[in-house]
Amino acid sequence: MQLDNRTRDNLWTLISTPAVWGVHFLFCYFVAAYVCAPNTRIFEPIGGVRVAIALATLPALAFCAFAGIRATREWRAFRGDLPFDAPTAEDRERFLEFSTMLLAALSFVAIVFTALPALLVQDCR
Amino acid sequence: MRIALADPPMTAILALTRVPGFTGPIEEGQSSGMAGGPIRQGGQHRVSRGTSCSVRLGRSFKASPPLLLATLVLISGCRGPQSTFADAGLEASSVAALFWWMLGGAVLIWFFVIGLSVYATKAHPGAHSDKTGLRLIIWGGCVFPTVVLTILLVFGLQMMPDFRAPANGPRIAISGERFWWRVFYDSPAEPGVARSLPHEGIESANEIWLPVGRRTELLLGSPDVIHSFWVPAIAGKTDTIPGRINRLVVEPTREGLYNGVCAEFCGTAHAQMAFRVRVVSQEDYETYVAAQGQPAAVLDHPGLDAFLANGCGACHTVRGTEADGRVGPDLTHVASRETIGAGILAMNEANLARFISSTEHVKPGVQMPSFGVLPDEEIAAIAAWLGSLQ
Repeated sequence: MQLDNRTRDNLWTLISTPAVWGVHFLFCYFVAAYVCAPNTRIFEPIGGVRVAIALATLPALAFCAFAGIRATREWRAFRGDLPFDAPTAEDRERFLEFSTMLLAALSFVAIVFTALPALLVQDCR
Repeated sequence: MRIALADPPMTAILALTRVPGFTGPIEEGQSSGMAGGPIRQGGQHRVSRGTSCSVRLGRSFKASPPLLLATLVLISGCRGPQSTFADAGLEASSVAALFWWMLGGAVLIWFFVIGLSVYATKAHPGAHSDKTGLRLIIWGGCVFPTVVLTILLVFGLQMMPDFRAPANGPRIAISGERFWWRVFYDSPAEPGVARSLPHEGIESANEIWLPVGRRTELLLGSPDVIHSFWVPAIAGKTDTIPGRINRLVVEPTREGLYNGVCAEFCGTAHAQMAFRVRVVSQEDYETYVAAQGQPAAVLDHPGLDAFLANGCGACHTVRGTEADGRVGPDLTHVASRETIGAGILAMNEANLARFISSTEHVKPGVQMPSFGVLPDEEIAAIAAWLGSLQ
């Protein structure tokens, strides 16, 4: 199967989704702590922070979905037997695609879990 | 590629589920070692292909009387004044509900995993295809746990704001000290960073009265080490941290007497740092606090003279007398409490005398020295006087 715009995967594409997860995690915790740490008005709504987290979450999820779908398409196109550990360029490429797909799925779920409190909790409680 | 389902993890699960009555031998199929485990091939670790092992359950699981008896004994501890299942507070009820949901989920997962093992060893004992294995890993190992965790997370997050809703009842400051609890009713304390809890309000110790149906604000501090304030029947635990005042809002829903404990190891007598919580009506609460604010009831007693003569007042306060020490518990209304020694002995004259004469024996690690050197008559007089301080 021939794929258009096929990429060559490397370690950077592999760690891109966990990196996005890490940045998103830090951002969410930083803005929530910045607003809530004074611990004085814990019952007041923090709408601004929740919107900021939503604005950070949507592109982060979109990136993970894009990276995951891309890696899945390329891995599916060429498939091959797991565990892709032969010392060849082809096996390395399959390994990177497969690992990127798994990491993208993990990062997607982790970003959802990080953002869920902001979706469900309306204030600093 | 084939994936052998009876891999070491599965074997481990079966080994863990062995109970008296289970005698099924784990038989190996084609391979000589743990079937499906990594074996060396040409210098590389590879998952063995085409190997599997069959696990045969000899007899079915059989309930053993000792196991049943042990289970019943353990379950009997799930009620009582120190149990989250006592259902005496809003938060404890939610925690108990969460526990039952999680237990239900865990039981379902257990049946699912055991079902898989039975499927893989009895119903379909042969090797499974790559596709089946991958499908099993993705649905059973990824999708299913993710969905379960998401449901639990949403469930837990929805509970949290209610636990921390604003208080509409009294404010009580509680200081965890090695190894007892200092209590101030009507405290002016505020949560946040603070050198210590303000020693203001109506002081008591080791017993806390709460009005039923009101959200009472507890402000928790400590002058020495980290303790943790926990009344399992009413709410979850909250640490008392030196340099901070933490807030815990509790909403008792049922009148009664409950046990509280220190839930963070704090030293030798940590296990004996308990207290009692009495949940009463709003009227009874107000009457009690007003009474606690009064000076000592009995001021003309030989026990008081002995108490002052032996220096007890250097550490203990008895309002209305010269005793104004701040080291140990306020004893102004000590006889009104259920216990002495922070929840370890019932309140009566004999136990008071025992605590005074053999303090370090009754409560190893306590800061108060034993006063066994005093004549028995003096100890008896002090105990009789303290026993009259309602």
